[in-house]
Amino acid sequence: MDKSNFNKLHVYWNPYFGGFLLGLLIIFTFYMTGRGLGASGVMKSGVVTMVDQVSHEHTIKNAYYSKFVSGDKSPMNNWLVFETLGVLVGAFISGSLAGRIGFRVQHSPKITVKRRLVFALLGGVLFGLGAQIARGCTSGAALSGMAVLSTGGFITMLSIFGTAFLFAYLFRKNWI
Amino acid sequence: MGPLIPNGFLSYEWNIIIAVLIGLAFGFILEASGFSSSRKLAGVFYGYDFAVLKVFFTAALVSVIGLYYMDYLGWINMSMLYVHPTYLWGAIIGGAIMGIGFVAGGFCPGTSICAVAIGKLDAWVYVIGIMIGILIFSEAFPIFEKIYNGYYLGNITLVDSFELPASWIILAVTLLALVAFFVSDIVRKRVKKVFY
Repeated sequence: MDKSNFNKLHVYWNPYFGGFLLGLLIIFTFYMTGRGLGASGVMKSGVVTMVDQVSHEHTIKNAYYSKFVSGDKSPMNNWLVFETLGVLVGAFISGSLAGRIGFRVQHSPKITVKRRLVFALLGGVLFGLGAQIARGCTSGAALSGMAVLSTGGFITMLSIFGTAFLFAYLFRKNWI
Repeated sequence: MGPLIPNGFLSYEWNIIIAVLIGLAFGFILEASGFSSSRKLAGVFYGYDFAVLKVFFTAALVSVIGLYYMDYLGWINMSMLYVHPTYLWGAIIGGAIMGIGFVAGGFCPGTSICAVAIGKLDAWVYVIGIMIGILIFSEAFPIFEKIYNGYYLGNITLVDSFELPASWIILAVTLLALVAFFVSDIVRKRVKKVFY
């Protein structure tokens, strides 16, 4: 890949412009639906659906799964699932326009692909667990919470970024 | 008159169509802002790229100022909007676990979905990890139940917590964000550049 082409791939929007549009989108979402955006909810729906397929009895007995399975309505019939289908398409369109589509593992040249994937898996496990405890992730709890001045949203945001800063030193080899 | 769907101005069926359209815009904005790149996201924790801080706080400020203005003008009824509930220790401990996950994996759920869409294989693995995390939480729910349901303070806002008018709080948050933007630019100039 020649240098000029490589640089073009990494030209992103001005962050303030992106943030401004994202803010307008959050206003629109609240104006339409009375709720904010979300992201981790779809993965919860996915897990509940899969476990339900394996053993329906198990999901009804479990105090957590049973909150999300009700009679004949599938857990996948959910606002966040439809929103996420949109996210996938929207991100794909943006990536296509900028020429960023392609199967690859992005990692620092100082670490191996295997190390990157192991840390991605572990990071995901922790994030999934934490998002359930806090009832939402950076989108649903922190960002949408902050839009309506939710105290819990602000606490979650401070806790996520504060802890990430505290632990950044331990993981520095992965990034810098 | 807003929110439109809870107030019955639009039928429930519209909810699904609107969900897809909102998602479309959400995904496009995140990807175009560079949030499909874990190395760009992680930059905020090492001082070489502050896109996360800038996008996140600009979005939070625009939305909170806009919503309160619309409430003032009578276009939307703030009291009908869903306020994320406050479970004090759930938010703190859950947030802390997410923070470690963020700096270890380089994504959060929303950004990982964007990265999945453009073919980043590390994001695919990350999403599988999230699902394993959710599975662990669900299967071990009795262990987490106390913190999940406990320390409940209600659907409170900072207006309730600080007993200050919303306008003061929004002004304070805005000033904090402006200071953070200013400081982040200074820090970035001093930190060694990372090419990714």
